Amino acid sequence: MTALLEVRDLATHFATRTGVVRAVDGVTLSLAPGEIIGLVGESGSGKSVTGFSILGLVDPPGRIVRGSVRFEGRELVGLPHGELRSLRGRRIAMVFQDPSATLNPVLTILDQMRLALEAHERIGKAAARARAAEILTRVGIPDAGRRLDSYPHQLSGGMRQRVAIAIALLNRPALVVCDEPTTALDVSIQAQILAEMKSLARESGTALIWISHDLSTVSALASRILVMYAGRVVEEGTVGDVLSAPRHPYTRGLLDSLPSLATPGQDLRQIPGAMPSLSDPPPGCAFAPRCAHAVDACTAMPDLVGAGGRGVRCHRPLGDAP
Amino acid sequence: MSALVDVRAASKVFRQPATLVERIGSAFGVCELPRPVHAVDDVSLEIRNGEVLGLVGESGCGKSTLGRMIAGILPPSAGSALFDGMPLLAGAGRPVKSTTRVQMIFQDPFASLDPRMRVGDIIAEGPVAHGLVSKSASAADVSRWLSTVGLDPQVADRYPHQFSGGQRQRIAIARALAMRPDMLVCDEPVASLDVSIQAQIVNLFLKLRRDLGLTMLFISHDLGVVRHVSDRIAIMYLGRIVEIGTARSVFERPRHPYTRALLDSVPRLRIDDRVEVDFRPIRGELPSPLDPPAGCHFHMRCPHANEACAVQRPTLLHVEGREVACLRATELDLSGEAPP
Repeated sequence: MTALLEVRDLATHFATRTGVVRAVDGVTLSLAPGEIIGLVGESGSGKSVTGFSILGLVDPPGRIVRGSVRFEGRELVGLPHGELRSLRGRRIAMVFQDPSATLNPVLTILDQMRLALEAHERIGKAAARARAAEILTRVGIPDAGRRLDSYPHQLSGGMRQRVAIAIALLNRPALVVCDEPTTALDVSIQAQILAEMKSLARESGTALIWISHDLSTVSALASRILVMYAGRVVEEGTVGDVLSAPRHPYTRGLLDSLPSLATPGQDLRQIPGAMPSLSDPPPGCAFAPRCAHAVDACTAMPDLVGAGGRGVRCHRPLGDAP
Repeated sequence: MSALVDVRAASKVFRQPATLVERIGSAFGVCELPRPVHAVDDVSLEIRNGEVLGLVGESGCGKSTLGRMIAGILPPSAGSALFDGMPLLAGAGRPVKSTTRVQMIFQDPFASLDPRMRVGDIIAEGPVAHGLVSKSASAADVSRWLSTVGLDPQVADRYPHQFSGGQRQRIAIARALAMRPDMLVCDEPVASLDVSIQAQIVNLFLKLRRDLGLTMLFISHDLGVVRHVSDRIAIMYLGRIVEIGTARSVFERPRHPYTRALLDSVPRLRIDDRVEVDFRPIRGELPSPLDPPAGCHFHMRCPHANEACAVQRPTLLHVEGREVACLRATELDLSGEAPP
């Protein structure tokens, strides 16, 4: 199977007054049609900027400084603005964390959906309404025909996020990048949306990049997982491989931090310290200052090594014979 | 153990005053007066000396409002909230002296610390104003609390913006501790933090509890965190407590259908590629607190509801060592798959 998306050595830097922030610094990933991968990391790991970079949505002072993003065989880095626009919303779409910030408050749901349709094809009013109602029903909005004439503020947070997902799916894209789409929602609504996304992606053959800080939601949805730290992928593999036998000390640390895996009342095994500044990262492995296994060699940057989609960026990966 | 906090049939109703236009309009029947919100509806609970009570619920269920009543920030509209046998607020919402014995930690340490004050002044302000520490001794006091929460005492002359989220939350905790409280009301104290930092702060709360014997009300929507730190857990739904009991009994053998559904909604970590996750979401949405359904608030989303549930309000009854507000609590078997 040929890859739908192939990202190679992508680097996105932000030139700020205090120096260059290397938000994404050499990310490589590939995605097959219909595949769901999870991009996991904490704030500042570069997971969202990776998503934005794939769609060419990085604004100055941010800039893709190297690497390539090939989507359906086309290079997107350096593609003229107009051509990117005709791809976005049609072949690649994005769902953001906060639907109240991404929906236009002064347009009805129907108007926003019609704009998304008209941007890419000539479509009559009645046909647009029918398509919009159909897709709203598919994302689990009851009484969709009537909801079309509502404004965003008349909907709950969960319903607004469903509308945002519906808009992303309107033109049957091959890839949807979802940036923490359920983080702002309550658990009961999150479970509804996760269940719907999984079946929608399966039915329509849409590939998903699911960006989240929450290992549990990613594990439930994705087949493969990439763990990011300080702008780089530090570990990748199938969900089962990475989460049952993590090889990077950071992945191990993240899992150990989860209260759901610990004995109630006992201290959690915490990772000491905090993520380094991305404008002045430590030399070599960025995790070394917080790592219990660090040695002198860790001041040199380790490569992401491995085969068959299972990789780890560490000089002393866990599980190796000492 | 005696009860440190005793909430008796407390309610909190928020009323938006009607504007002149609304009053005239409603007299002619062309518009409605603003409806009151019953944020907390006839809640009774006790928090024992030295225990950690977890309070769980989704947005809008009234958990923060209940927390603020217990912290003495909001007066109840009806009923009472007693701290060590005394009301926390005297008439007209005026705080009484004992209020300093309860301190609050808020969710967002970016909003709860004054950006124009130095960390040392933030921590020293309360105890000096209340005469707990003399001005001359306050610097030493600040150092003591900064080291208690795991910060270098040297940072006292820095400003909040120079710290990360986790460090700011430590400063907020130091500020609360400096008041020598008997109890902390923690309102989503780790919700805005990253997983690895969250574990550090959870461990800090566990340590404070061991070292200082603090009583805590720990409010959160994160079931994993609440389970980890709490002795007992109360589950709230639309202003009412639907189940309260030991953390273990509530999590392992829930007896209220909402508790069961909430536990089932949390995705579990999948570590086996061959296993598919089976999502079991609660159907429907949280009803508006402006217009809650009659009877049991949960009946419209409950898979076990019958006709009586739509009309009769359930009261908290003792069932199997915990209290449950469900008309069918004794007959339902909600065992199913136990969460890990």
